[in-house]
Amino acid sequence: MIVAILTLLGLALFFGLLLGYAAIHFKVKGNPIVDKLDAALPQTQCGQCTFPGCRPYAEAIERGEAEINQCPPGGETTIQELADIMGVETIPLNDDHGEHSDTPEVAVIIEDQCIGCTLCIQACPVDAIMGAAKQMHTVIADECTGCELCLPPCPVDCIVMLPIKQNIERWNNPLPLALENIPVVVETAPKVVQGE
Amino acid sequence: MSSQQYIMHGGVHVAGHKALSTDKAMSTLALPERLMIPTRQHRGIGGKLLVAEGDYVYKGQPLTEQRATGSYLVHASTSGTIEKVGRFLVPHRSGYSCIGVSIKVDGKEDWGNYRLAPMKDFVTIDNALLLDRINDAGVVGLGGAVFPTAVKIGSGAKQGALKTLIINAAECEPYITCDDVLMRTEADQIVTGIQVMLKMLSPEQCLIGIEDNKPEAIAALKEAVAKLDHRTIKVIVIPTIYPSGDAKQLTKILTGVEIAKGKRSYELGILCHNVATAHSLYKAVVLGEPLLSRLVTVTGAGVKEPQNFDVLLGTPFTHLVQAAGGYTNKAERLLMGGLMMGYPMHTDEIPVVKATNCVLVLPESDLAYSSDMAMPCTRCGKCVEVCPPKLLPQQLYWHSRANDLERVQKHNLADCIECGCCSYVCPSNIDLVSYFTHAKGALREERQKQEKIDQARERFEFRDFRIQRDKEERDAKRAEHKAALQKKKAAMAAKKAQEGENSVSATDSKQDAIKAALARVQAKKKAQQEQTSDSSKTESKQD
Repeated sequence: MIVAILTLLGLALFFGLLLGYAAIHFKVKGNPIVDKLDAALPQTQCGQCTFPGCRPYAEAIERGEAEINQCPPGGETTIQELADIMGVETIPLNDDHGEHSDTPEVAVIIEDQCIGCTLCIQACPVDAIMGAAKQMHTVIADECTGCELCLPPCPVDCIVMLPIKQNIERWNNPLPLALENIPVVVETAPKVVQGE
Repeated sequence: MSSQQYIMHGGVHVAGHKALSTDKAMSTLALPERLMIPTRQHRGIGGKLLVAEGDYVYKGQPLTEQRATGSYLVHASTSGTIEKVGRFLVPHRSGYSCIGVSIKVDGKEDWGNYRLAPMKDFVTIDNALLLDRINDAGVVGLGGAVFPTAVKIGSGAKQGALKTLIINAAECEPYITCDDVLMRTEADQIVTGIQVMLKMLSPEQCLIGIEDNKPEAIAALKEAVAKLDHRTIKVIVIPTIYPSGDAKQLTKILTGVEIAKGKRSYELGILCHNVATAHSLYKAVVLGEPLLSRLVTVTGAGVKEPQNFDVLLGTPFTHLVQAAGGYTNKAERLLMGGLMMGYPMHTDEIPVVKATNCVLVLPESDLAYSSDMAMPCTRCGKCVEVCPPKLLPQQLYWHSRANDLERVQKHNLADCIECGCCSYVCPSNIDLVSYFTHAKGALREERQKQEKIDQARERFEFRDFRIQRDKEERDAKRAEHKAALQKKKAAMAAKKAQEGENSVSATDSKQDAIKAALARVQAKKKAQQEQTSDSSKTESKQD
């Protein structure tokens, strides 16, 4: 009797200590769901979802404060991924936040119109604009996410969005003409009228 | 050190059509009127241009400067004036242009001071110096991959203890005969180039792999090797089958080693170089000439007199075709490269670059494969039988068509050597290899996109961190300032308080003084009054 109680007590103590140790030493830091959601977002940091950046949006989805269809740059594929992570049904993109476009764009400053006010530099969420007060500014094209956040603050409207140019490095061999791309001509024989 | 041969998997027997161009002796080409030289003729990015419009350039003068990484030198192939700096069409499947220069040729072939110092006794010269020389001469792999030779030899030498150096003389592609002609005419120079490699890499053995359809070249090479009495070099004749000239397949045939996925051949102690590369090494080291020209085969039923030319880099295709007698009425397709792996070109207004081994002009009916008459895949499995890297082309085809990038990776798309055997044997005329090159490009795009996404995330997070840090710094400064102000105030107050005490005593003394003065004044007044009263008394007394 006493041996049994002591044994069980000992076991309880042992597992208790084990669990306590695990709780401290194997604690998962941060929120893995938010990290996953953040990884699925396109990182344009455009704020069209009404949150100041992709991570804040991911956090809002995790808290249940935002829908998964508020990201126009990501489009359908991002909604699909977010739905998979959250375990919910996919829903179409909410048009209130903007439209999805497949052609990636970059901001370009028309340099002879720039007055050097630094307002766009402050607006850029990824620090992709170079310049100083009363000096001409320029966009680092490789780092621009095409979020358009620099357009509204510009007092002289000298920033334009241009599609990324194709070149040899970016070019990809197109798919060969597949069966479905070959036009099929259906020929019908003229009606034969008997008796003529 | 055995010369035992192994059998590679798959491959196809394709009609060679080599007799077309190999019968005629190598011809020298008249200088063209102008050359177009793109800055990027190798793997990686183009170098920084050193010349401007109107500059006079000498033969062998470097046109570009190396950037930090991934760019290699390009030289002026002959002397002349820079006519234009800008974008030119280049031999590329996309039909896009690339930065380069055009040189108006003056016909003098003037080297100026740009010939590099010949290193005839390279055996005594330090490897690092030789490597610099190869780099400065802009030598790249001329087999087709245009990988910088200095980098390849450098990484092989770094690895140490190289077992086998393979010289690729197989030339398995139909129609191409430029390596064959080179071996027949310049075998001694090639062997000297190989000796440069032997000196730098000191491998246990050096195997020259050559297909048995080139008897004259085999004889020439064997003779050149025998003259040297060099025991490590061996000429090994292999059966003719396409694609035995692929580096991985040749390695397998000569050594039995299969290079595992993701491994580099030098990690297994094997390095493979093309014969033409060995020849350009000879020119770079022994003669001090940068890579300015290469042998090009101009052939196919679409040209009148197919033959091989020693061509200056930058020579337009049109000039080459003219030298070969012009187009015949069968000319319908222009390919750069061989029948199996050549790329269709959009125009002939493009220059010969370091990668150009063959200009192939064909009628539509002579193409090895095309997708024009494609029928549905019947899963017959013929492509599996011929695939040299033992992939499953029919599975890859379905997944590539569905753009299922995860699955194509699982089916080892990266190991596809794009040899075109699958397309060649497909009874349904499906251009399988085009699907695979497309899927490879899509994977690359996906990877670049992911890199950009990661970069944007990093920059956004850093910006947040920066703003936070600046705010904290400002707050800390403000707090410090405030504390300093308060301290100053407190000090002032303390001082005031002290001063107040002092002033209290001072006023006391002042008041005392005033009091004393008043007292004195009063005393004086009193005394005066007394005097006057006394005097009035006396006056009244006098009255």
